[in-house]
Amino acid sequence: MKKLAFIGFVVFCLFLFYAAYDIRDFGAPPSSMDDRIIGSYNSTTGEWEYGAVNETGANNAVTSVVFDYRGYDTLGEATVLFTAIAGVMLLFGGRKHE
Amino acid sequence: MSDEKMSVIVQTIAGMLFPMVLIFSFYVILHGHLTPGGGFQGGAIGASAVALLIVAYGSKTIEKKMAEENLSIFESLGGLVFVIVAIAGFILASAFLSNFLVGEPLFGQIPGWGESPLNSGGFLPILNIAVGMKVIGGLSAIVLMLALVSREVKEQ
Repeated sequence: MKKLAFIGFVVFCLFLFYAAYDIRDFGAPPSSMDDRIIGSYNSTTGEWEYGAVNETGANNAVTSVVFDYRGYDTLGEATVLFTAIAGVMLLFGGRKHE
Repeated sequence: MSDEKMSVIVQTIAGMLFPMVLIFSFYVILHGHLTPGGGFQGGAIGASAVALLIVAYGSKTIEKKMAEENLSIFESLGGLVFVIVAIAGFILASAFLSNFLVGEPLFGQIPGWGESPLNSGGFLPILNIAVGMKVIGGLSAIVLMLALVSREVKEQ
């Protein structure tokens, strides 16, 4: 069993290394897929033409997805946190009056 | 349990680290629309600062300084700001949670190539601050409450 796990681990590592060869180089220019998401910058007019930076004005495209495009998801996540705190307060909040 | 506090060395170091960790947390929250991070991550860092104080000074001392009811109110205030901003998008612009501040001169400046102004992003910084308030208050309240309860269980 241990041998099998080790072989599986080695195969998985080789797979990861193989996948890492396909990553584009550090500092390489954005691909066309990045253009669709982040937007393309027109250097003659000095403006973004489409994409997340043009629509939300935020440099961090992940934040613009989390808080703008998928804002409902973040609202639900905040509700989960609120529910957790309400549960803790309900369980332990009245301990002073016992 | 009277010896819940740690030694003076740990208390001093924790007191020195607390403002720095809190400032780093505020930095991560306020720059959420420019750099990696945001409200949840920065809030978790700030709550870890409070947890550090609780470990060093003991939960009873911290409870005198910040009651968990106040932390809970702080958390609810963050949620309220989030919902109010979302409904303001419904009233002032097209839909619920629509970014009504983008393009405005104060907050909605669209950054150029290589620029990262702090007043960009429309309502994203406001929502980041709201979620940061939520997470700091909420996680701190949970950690403080569980520490108090486990202390009381040990006493019995």
